[in-house]
Amino acid sequence: MAMNNGNNGRPHKVIGKPFRKVDARAKCNGQTRFADDISLPRMLYCKLLRSPVPHALIKRIDTTRARQLPGVVAVITGSDLPIPYGILPVSQDEHALCIDKVRMIGDPVAAIAAVDEDTAFEAMDLIEVEYERLKTISTIEEGVYVDEPRIHEYGDGGNIHKRVSLEFGDVDEGFAEADHVREDVFFYEGNTHLPLEQHAAVAHFDADNKLTLWSATQTPHYVHRALAKVLGLPAAHIRVIATPNGGGFGGKSDPFNHEVVVAKLAMMTGRPVKITLTREEVFYCHRGRHPVLMWVKTGVKRDGAITAMHFRTFLDGGAYGSYGVASTFYTGALQTVTYNVPRYKFEGVRVFTNKPPCGPKRGHGTPQPRFALEAHLDKIAEEIGISPVDIRRRHLAPAFSVTANYLRIGSMGLGACIDKIIEASDWQNKFRRLPYGKGVGFACSSYLCGAGLPIYWNNMPHSGVQLRLDRQGGVCVLCGSTDIGQGSDSILAYIVAEVLGIDPFDIRVVTADTDLTPVDLGSYSSRVTLMTGNAALQAAERARELLTIAVAEKLNVPIENIAFAERRAFDVENPEVGVSFAEAVVLAESKFGTIGTVGSYTPPRSPGKFKGAGVGPSPAYSYSAAVVEVGVDPETGIVTVERCWIAHDIGQSINPVLVMGQVEGSVYMGLGEALMEEMTYRANRNVVHKFPSMLEYKSPTTLEMCDVKTFLIEDPDPNGPFGAKEVGQGPLLPVPPAVVNAIYDAVGVRIDEVPATPEKVLAALRAKQQGKDARFGPKSIPEIEWPAPLKVPTPAEGGDGKELPRLAVHVKD
Amino acid sequence: MPKAKKQKAHVRLTINREEVEVAFAPHKTLLEVLREDLALTGTKHGCELGECGVCTVLVDGQPVLSCLMLGLDAEGRAVTTIEGMAEGNELHPLQETFADLGAAQCGYCTPGFLLTAQELLEKNPSPSRAEIQEALSGNLCRCTGYIKIYEAVELAAARMRGEQAEPAKEIIYGYE
Amino acid sequence: MMRLPKFEYRVAKKIGDAVKMMADAGADAMFVAGGTDLYPNMKRRQQTPRTVISVTRIRDLHEINGDGQSGMVIGASVTLTELCNHPIINRDYPVVANAARLISTPILRNMGTIGGNLLLDTRCNYYDQNYEWRRGINFCMKKDGDICWVAPSSPKCWAVQSSDLAPVMVALGAKLRLVSSVTDRLVDAAGLYNNDGISYLHKMPGELMTEIHLPPVNGTRAVYKKLRRRGAFDFPVLGVAAALDVDRDGTVKHARLILGGVAPAPLAVEEAAAHLVGKPLDREAIAAAAEAAYLKARPLDNTDFVMGWRKQMARPFVTRALEELRHCR
Repeated sequence: MAMNNGNNGRPHKVIGKPFRKVDARAKCNGQTRFADDISLPRMLYCKLLRSPVPHALIKRIDTTRARQLPGVVAVITGSDLPIPYGILPVSQDEHALCIDKVRMIGDPVAAIAAVDEDTAFEAMDLIEVEYERLKTISTIEEGVYVDEPRIHEYGDGGNIHKRVSLEFGDVDEGFAEADHVREDVFFYEGNTHLPLEQHAAVAHFDADNKLTLWSATQTPHYVHRALAKVLGLPAAHIRVIATPNGGGFGGKSDPFNHEVVVAKLAMMTGRPVKITLTREEVFYCHRGRHPVLMWVKTGVKRDGAITAMHFRTFLDGGAYGSYGVASTFYTGALQTVTYNVPRYKFEGVRVFTNKPPCGPKRGHGTPQPRFALEAHLDKIAEEIGISPVDIRRRHLAPAFSVTANYLRIGSMGLGACIDKIIEASDWQNKFRRLPYGKGVGFACSSYLCGAGLPIYWNNMPHSGVQLRLDRQGGVCVLCGSTDIGQGSDSILAYIVAEVLGIDPFDIRVVTADTDLTPVDLGSYSSRVTLMTGNAALQAAERARELLTIAVAEKLNVPIENIAFAERRAFDVENPEVGVSFAEAVVLAESKFGTIGTVGSYTPPRSPGKFKGAGVGPSPAYSYSAAVVEVGVDPETGIVTVERCWIAHDIGQSINPVLVMGQVEGSVYMGLGEALMEEMTYRANRNVVHKFPSMLEYKSPTTLEMCDVKTFLIEDPDPNGPFGAKEVGQGPLLPVPPAVVNAIYDAVGVRIDEVPATPEKVLAALRAKQQGKDARFGPKSIPEIEWPAPLKVPTPAEGGDGKELPRLAVHVKD
Repeated sequence: MPKAKKQKAHVRLTINREEVEVAFAPHKTLLEVLREDLALTGTKHGCELGECGVCTVLVDGQPVLSCLMLGLDAEGRAVTTIEGMAEGNELHPLQETFADLGAAQCGYCTPGFLLTAQELLEKNPSPSRAEIQEALSGNLCRCTGYIKIYEAVELAAARMRGEQAEPAKEIIYGYE
Repeated sequence: MMRLPKFEYRVAKKIGDAVKMMADAGADAMFVAGGTDLYPNMKRRQQTPRTVISVTRIRDLHEINGDGQSGMVIGASVTLTELCNHPIINRDYPVVANAARLISTPILRNMGTIGGNLLLDTRCNYYDQNYEWRRGINFCMKKDGDICWVAPSSPKCWAVQSSDLAPVMVALGAKLRLVSSVTDRLVDAAGLYNNDGISYLHKMPGELMTEIHLPPVNGTRAVYKKLRRRGAFDFPVLGVAAALDVDRDGTVKHARLILGGVAPAPLAVEEAAAHLVGKPLDREAIAAAAEAAYLKARPLDNTDFVMGWRKQMARPFVTRALEELRHCR
């Protein structure tokens, strides 16, 4: 049966409608069971003893006294869990408990299981650990320049974890063609997810000798793999259940040491073991936004058309690999999908430092370069005397095209987004026209709808859905996806309900349980709506096909006449002729046997074939554009964001009210990053995190949040289910650059670094008064020897997506 | 193991309109007593230091941080948790509008917001947007950007005043 | 979960009982009212009293009496919410209600008390941290260590007075009643605070603050300005309390300018007062006062924001406070 996306061309009944989330009621009456809400008989409580030193060899650990404390049931150390793990196959550099070395304050060295948390806490103080201190690496510069001591024994030399160099087309030629070339340096400070739920996990080793782990994780499938590896158990004997996440934002996407530890302790003690991290410990899990230092050089024609771009990024990775290799590529990947960039060169380097590891936070590796690019374009526009809107609007990357770095763009609604907010914000009457201290800023962005490749190499689907139809009319959807608040459970129900013509609340959704549900790779890279949605669509259409055949036979009408709506299957020509949905299932079950169908989704192959082409490709790209209006107090430098107009190209809303929520939430998080959120450390004081607390890590309250006017642009993408694209991450991206562009409009200073805190704004204002450079930001980047770039001819140059042979590169040089 | 004189405190209080008696270690906070000794896990926690508002419950009708109140101090008080907000199976109007407008995304801060908002509307049936922002400024949310929460409070307030209120189109579909 | 250490808890119903309990309990005991300062500190093991004596059920400590003509007496266990909402305080001492409204969050104000805020432990980013974090820096002299990390060569602790009401009470010339099992005295608010982050109060451990006495208004105008990152939750990183008596002809007769959040105690800027007294409250006088405050404010790097910027903020914040007084009648 053809994918006709619905009911014989009839209007959607569920898709695009503001249904409640399937779990909304439970979330509003306290019945949602988060990981820490689980309590099992005989349960023990676990605490992790963490390193108080940032970089040291472990000379000795003595747990004798802790073991003797009444109430302590087990104590383990690194030697009990010798097998390393890590989210990426290329960075298996973590141990659940450090074995011979600690790499940051907060690295766990021992774990205690005790009858209650008080006892476990008390036992921590009874464990003696002797450390031999090593010199610390605490900044990007140190990571680049200081080779010894090495934090890890792998990587691209010294404390460099990863070095990347790619060139698409000849950028020198492109710069030569330009009428104007500009270079800028930017810095984006690291920040963290700060989910309100602190990570928690409960492990239970059942009577049948199998392990169950409940955990607040966005990626139960990857946790499953890590547990199998580290515990040495057959994967078939491990069940991972992701509990609803009390906020994720990327921070619960790695397999974590505490998950491994409670599993091990449950195996050893034969009792359930629970751990709930403290807020401070959540800061040590981190995996948040990388601090990135950036240099960008762009050549443009007089009309603003880009002739070439060269981008360099320096990532402060923290103590472990995490997603860092992918993050590094992401800082160079998506520059090309918004505006036409015919020639493009990217060089990136990620260093290890003795700080909590960075990883994927909402926008994973792309908000930093997007911030730099959009502020940079603002400066170029001013220099060549065209408006910041025109320099973007006139040179958009075309829909259904392939970029210089081989990303295949599908539907592209950025032009419509720009037009919407420029009109709604009254931009033309505000830009450079508001009184001193008031300003508007504009920026655009794009994001993936799911990573094109899985984290470990395989040819299997990225998302699977099973559908079970009950003869009484019940439908159960099973999928490995994890609801982190974005509503992914509901998306499954909406799509199946639409296809089968039933109410979403007729459906039972079972998700995120590796024993019961087919694999979905996880809630990351904005992949869930598109990938699970397509899998659900396929499963539902297959079920509908079976029902259609049975109903058509019963009603004696042609198959193509059968439609499903209002919990009925009927003849479109005589709608009163039909059967109830439950009767349809009975007919189908009578004819075919038990009705269960499956659907799966694998992203299309990327046109890029070069080494490094795995990061950036996506089935579709979402687009956003934002205008923010700010007030800047010139005496204090305090910036107040008053309003934001944002348009998002969603393709098609599966549920508009949930889309709105994601847009508003993204604006919120973008504002926090733009104005106040930062992960900072005292390099001269043992590299402690300055403020690992909710009070001092500044998360905007109701009183900092601005008014938001949201516009949804619906231009269905052929790869999305019903045309849907992502919304969870993309709308964050334009906010930080729009804020700094607005600060410039308000008071004439460039803040080339976020967060744009008042002291930075005031320093720039003072510099301006003194006739100095009216900016605040980094002045230079480290001098580093870049590897010879992998040269890839662009599609426009007739490239086939492969790099030139290295030999040819040398000949040409 | 010294035969510890593990004295538990024995306290009687009203929780969600029901009299209960509960015994617990005397240094436990109300948060811990609710979650661990009364299995009322609807009350969440985000820092246990009074820095996030997640653990908010009502004590004698006033929002307080259950992480900073001793269980012992609840003696004789009336405590309302999220489990007590609905009347039987019928949700409170705020719970309805929070559910309908997506004001609960991950749902973790939601109990605290709902109870704080409930007290606000009891005090002030027609709060302005600014008054809502002020009243909710002690509850952090990382998902929603607060806007759907304001809209849900405003819609519930209108309905509680007896108005036949429906959400504006732009709340659901965005501006045109 | 961050949990409290074990301790003995006692609830007093009368002032006399409370101070007797304290005298009996000895050195390791502390009073608690709202608990919003003490309990987080206990969970982080910054303060580890063996006995905690609750004073919230002492009825006398909840009384509010008097008005602007006679002066007011406010019980120390009056909650910050009650203070914010009290009609007479709002009418006659709006600066007190306004400053209270700027403390933390509405929920916390339902618990926190006026007495607790005035006795707030001094704060520092090297001190207000978990036990494990503090172990990472080998502790500091305020608790478990012997160095001040903010000023490592300093013999004294530089933790910051972070109460919003303390500078206001000092500016207004309020008096505080302190009662112990053997003493009962009324002290000037200014005399309560000591410029040392550890022994930050001139108060015996056995003394319970029972009342706050606000002097009659007598035409005094006062205002409080607070600098912090966010509009809720955050402690002041600079507080400016200004109180002026102005003649009919507009001449300033008496002035008090107090800075909070920049030192271990509220900081009186007498130099600023000198610039104001005897002159009309005009732009030059205000600028001179602001400059004096700027010179005197020497915040260190132990709160939110960078210290240089916090120092600079003394000028605009003092200017704005005094401008507001210039324009209010």
